[in-house]
This record gives sequence, structure tokens and C-alpha cells, in this order.
Amino acid sequence: MAILVDETSRVLVQGITGREGAFHTGRMLAAGTNVVAGVSPGKGGRTVEDVPVFDSVAAAVAATAADVAVLFVPARFARDALLEAADGGVGLVVCVTEGIPVRDLAEVTAHFARRGTRLLGPNGPGVITPGRCSAGIMPADVFRPGATGVVSRSGTLTYEVVHELTREGMGQSTAVGMGGDPIHGLGFLECLTLFEADPETEAVVLIGEIGGDDEERAAAYVRAEMTKPVVAYIAGFSAPPGKRMGHAGAIIEGSGGTAGHKKSALEAAGIPVATGPAEISRLLREAFTRRRPQ
Amino acid sequence: MDLLEHQGKKLFADAGLAVLPSRVATTTAEACEAARELGLPVAVKAQVKTGGRGKAGGIRVCRAHDEVAAAADDILGMTIRDHPVVAVLVEQAAEIEREMYVAIASSRESRGPLLVFCREGGVDIEALAREDPGALVRTPIDPLLGLCDYQVRDVVAAAALDPDGPGGADAVKGLGASVRALWGLYRDRDATLVEVNPLVLTRGGETVCLDSKVTIDDNALYRQPDLQPEESTDEGEARARKAGLAFVALDGDIGVLGNGAGLVMSIIDQIADAGGRAADFCDIGGGARGDVVAAALDAILADRSVSALLVSVFGGITRCDEVARGLIGVLGRAGLDAPVIVRLDGNAAAEGRAVLADARLDGVTVAGSPEEAVRLVVAAARERSDGAGEQSSAGREET
Repeated sequence: MAILVDETSRVLVQGITGREGAFHTGRMLAAGTNVVAGVSPGKGGRTVEDVPVFDSVAAAVAATAADVAVLFVPARFARDALLEAADGGVGLVVCVTEGIPVRDLAEVTAHFARRGTRLLGPNGPGVITPGRCSAGIMPADVFRPGATGVVSRSGTLTYEVVHELTREGMGQSTAVGMGGDPIHGLGFLECLTLFEADPETEAVVLIGEIGGDDEERAAAYVRAEMTKPVVAYIAGFSAPPGKRMGHAGAIIEGSGGTAGHKKSALEAAGIPVATGPAEISRLLREAFTRRRPQ
Repeated sequence: MDLLEHQGKKLFADAGLAVLPSRVATTTAEACEAARELGLPVAVKAQVKTGGRGKAGGIRVCRAHDEVAAAADDILGMTIRDHPVVAVLVEQAAEIEREMYVAIASSRESRGPLLVFCREGGVDIEALAREDPGALVRTPIDPLLGLCDYQVRDVVAAAALDPDGPGGADAVKGLGASVRALWGLYRDRDATLVEVNPLVLTRGGETVCLDSKVTIDDNALYRQPDLQPEESTDEGEARARKAGLAFVALDGDIGVLGNGAGLVMSIIDQIADAGGRAADFCDIGGGARGDVVAAALDAILADRSVSALLVSVFGGITRCDEVARGLIGVLGRAGLDAPVIVRLDGNAAAEGRAVLADARLDGVTVAGSPEEAVRLVVAAARERSDGAGEQSSAGREET
């Protein structure tokens, strides 16, 4: 099963004829992904990496039954491409694009909510179920199939953590990058719910950062609903208030959103918080031992 | 991008919100001239992008021309929460009957705009929500439907305006029109915050915005051609922004360069845990090539005393050999005397390490793991600052 994507996913790439789109289509294919179609208005009929290109999402879905869209579309055109993906009938839309205006995202997330279409991102690396499907830009060679779910607000920090997990022999069921924007689609809450229900996932690593209260709400969910062990890591303890730390959403506003507050909330919910990426595998092992006394 | 009060009020006026006549002044003479044009009394208000200017003495109501000169003199010399005051707004004073609060802000939780109204201005909203919930409106605005009439009615009901007070029924209409205009401004100007604190009802029955706090979405500036971002006052930040890098100046002495916002924040935390202090947050982003790395190093070394430098890259899309070449380009030519610790993992890491080894640069150490890199850079920075301390104390003894 894994979550969100697996070997049955039929992936469509919007913006496939662009530099980024073409490059990452090649990488997704190499990672074992079933990329069935590309979309690039006015360029229908071509192929990229042997993948047929269509003029519209609707045409691509009609011809290929694609059910996941991955967007490599510049920020100015992302709103329209996102709406087209949802209206075209795919169930999950992964948006890698950074720098989309807040107003556009508010409109898009409202539209997606009404249609029941899932959005992942924007400004994130996408999702990978190792060996089976990569929808986005995660470097597949860092990942190994396994039983640890990963959900994160960051891209490279996820790779760093997963690199460590893989080295320690802890493969991943699915890794999800929810993106660094303040308004985004799937969050910790939705992903934890999916991992809890996924028979292939035995434990979850949650990687948070300053800004907002996604981690606090995740902590409340874990305490109330979750049976599987969760281990967390938070970045940004030394970030100054009021400064955006790279991600649009990584900012301490007023007294809220600090790493310290998130750490307290997670620990109060019984979730161990690692002091660095290297400590996560040890905490996971301890969590397993606690769950399964011999 | 945050706007100054007078910039926000210009948008308010354009959107049909009532503001008082005012002039911007950068000198005392200009402020006095403005007061003569506007007529007394006036308020002289510091134009800074920070809160707390009232408490800091940055707002003074003046009833005589010599008071205006004194106020402008004082306020133009102030620094409020690290923001030097370079301009004041001289504004006609209002006769205030009631002070209210209204704002629309982008909310992460409701994934869209949130309208907040308070019967009273300048109060603790959380406290008011507990004590007098009827005086408060907090309602998400559907981004696709816009502000609804019932939401405006809710605001008017919460305001509980006196039908026999100033303005009477016109005051009710004025408040509703102000809330609608504020929403139009928020949507059309790509704001992420518009706040009026206080929104006042004057003794003449008019609804007037006495202050403005406006933040415009940086991502949408391309479709707001009359609003252009200001240059950062920090040279490193200004250079980095030109190169399209995410850069924040910090107050430590260890230069930090990495790829990915979360990864760089994590590195800075680990430096702090090891007893060091980062000089900057610098994210070269995904897929950065040599020239971007070079621009990032230029920004880090621009105007701060960096005693050691940590380059920590986990290559996802980014190729570590590209990063290594960029590093060599700058380090070879700049003659940087601070020690440099480099850690490369992921995409083309072995090639990157080989490139660095071949270059044989003095003072460059390649670390085997991210933890080792942090340990080495903190130790190197400590050694340098201890050494500098000894030198300067020796210098004092000689003189």
C-alpha cells in the first residue's frame, strides 16, 4: 500500500517540455515511476523521454487514465495549471513550484477542497514510495524500501535524515515533503492519519521547522489517535524572530511558531524530539523497543 | 514586504477608505511647513516598520508650531527597536468619538483571509474573546466567494454603534463601507495583512483610518508594478538578494552556506548546540551551480567579520562537484584567511571531494560527516577568536 503513491500510480507531468520538467521526468522514470503522460499547451503530439505529450490535462487523462499530476510550471502560471489539474480529474496534485502568490494558493486550496482533490505542496519536493513511485524531485538513490514513514516541511533536510536512516538499515514506506509555504495542501495531520492506517508503515519520522502550528496540531493528533511510534526533529531553534528563513512559511511571528514551543508540544504528547538528524535512528530504535517489550 | 504607515494610507485612499490629510517630512523644516499647510493641531508620527512607536515616544500631538518643530526634531533623531527614524508623517488631528480595530490577515489555519473586528481598539484580542465575545468578530473570508454581506452585518452588530450618536445611521453605513473597501484592497493589492488600529468614528460621524499596517505578498510584486521592494540595509543581504539567494544576516562569527532552508536551519542549530554562533543563514537552493555558490560566498564575506566558514551540502539535485568548483573559484581568488570546513554528501559527493583535494587550497578541511563538520568549524572559530584576543591584549601592553 504505502501512502499517496505506489506502483499503480499513473503519473502525469505538467510542464514536461520545460528544462526542469524534462529533467525530472527522466529521474522519475529511473526511480521506477509509471509516468504515462506529459502536458504542455501547444506542444501536444511530441514525446519527452518516450512519454506522450498532450495539450491539456483533460486530453491526457482521457487518453492515459493518469491519476497523479506533478507540476513543473513557473509560479505565475501555477494557479491556472493547478486548477486545470483538479478539473481534469486527477486525485493527487504535486506542486514543486516555489514563489506562488498567497492569493492564488488560497483560491486553489479552496477549489481543491470543494472538489475533493488532494494537493501536495507547493514549494516542496513531492512524495516517494521507494522502488515504486516518485512524484516530484526527491533523489531516489538516497531512499530504500522499508517500514518507516517520513513526513517533512523541508526538502534537503529530509534527504539528510533519510540518508542516515538508510545507512542505519531503516528503509522507508513513503516519504512526503509537504512544502515550505504558509498555505499548502496536505499537512502533518493528513499524512499521519494516512500512515496510521497504512499496514506497511510501522513508525513515522516527523520533520518540522519554525512557523505556524502544524507541529502542535500534529502532536495533539498523535496523543489522541495514533498507535504507531512517532519521532520528531525540529529545525530553527536559533532562528531570530520576524525573519523568513528561506521558506516563506519559516518565520516566527509574534510569540508563536518557535522551535521551542513545538518541541514542548511534541514531547508533551510523548513524541521524542531529536537534537540532530543523526539522533533520529537511535530514537526510532528506542521507540520500537518501548512498544514491543520482549 | 511591509509598508510604512504613509505608504499604506496611500493604498487606503486609493481604495476609498477615509484617511486624514497628511504630509511626509524628512526634516524639521519640512514638518513645520506641513503643519502650516494642514493647520493645527497635528500629530507627528515616526515612520518605521515596527510596532511600539507610541510607547517609544514616536507619536506626538502638537497644538502649536514650536511644538511641531520640537517633536520633529526629537522623533527624527530616534531609533525605535533598531529602526532609525528617517521620516515622520505630519497628519491633521481627529476628534475621536470611538476607537475600533479591524484587520484582514492571511491565515495558515483557514488557508485564506481571516477578518478580525474588535469593538474597541488597542485591546488584547484573546482576552476580549474570553471576556466579551460579542464585541469580537473572527470570520474566514472564502477566497473564491469574497466577503459576504452577512459578515459585514456581523461586524456592524459587534460594533454596537449608538443610533443617536455621531453620524447615526450614516456611521453604520460608513463602517460597512470601510470593511468592504478594506477587503477590496486586500484582494486587489495582493496583501497578506491589512490592519487598521485604530479605525475611528469621529465626533463628526465619519469612519476614518488613523493608522495603517500593510504587508504585500513578495511573490505577487510582479503584478503590483507600483509597489517595488526596498533594498536591504545589510550589504550581504542586498548582494544575496540580487543573486536570488535566501540570506539572513545573524550576529555570530561562523559563516554558513548550505542548500535547502531546513538543512541550513538545522546546521545553525547544531553550531549553537556546539557552543558557536552563526554569522548568517544562507540557502543556495536546489540545483545551484558554481556561480551561485560564488555569489553566496561573496554575500557571506561582504561586511561581517567571519572567523570560520562552514559549507555543508547534501546533494539531492545539487551536484557536489559543482559546489566544489564554485568554492575553489572564490577561495582561490579572494585569499580568505578564515579556515573553511566543507562537508559534501549525496549527489556527486565523491567527485566533489576529489575536486577539493586536487585543488590543495590552504585552510580548507573536508569533513567526513555533518557532525564532524560542525565540531571542526566551532573549534576553528574559537581558536581564531582566542588568538585575536591574545593579540589585542598584547598590543595594549606595548602601547
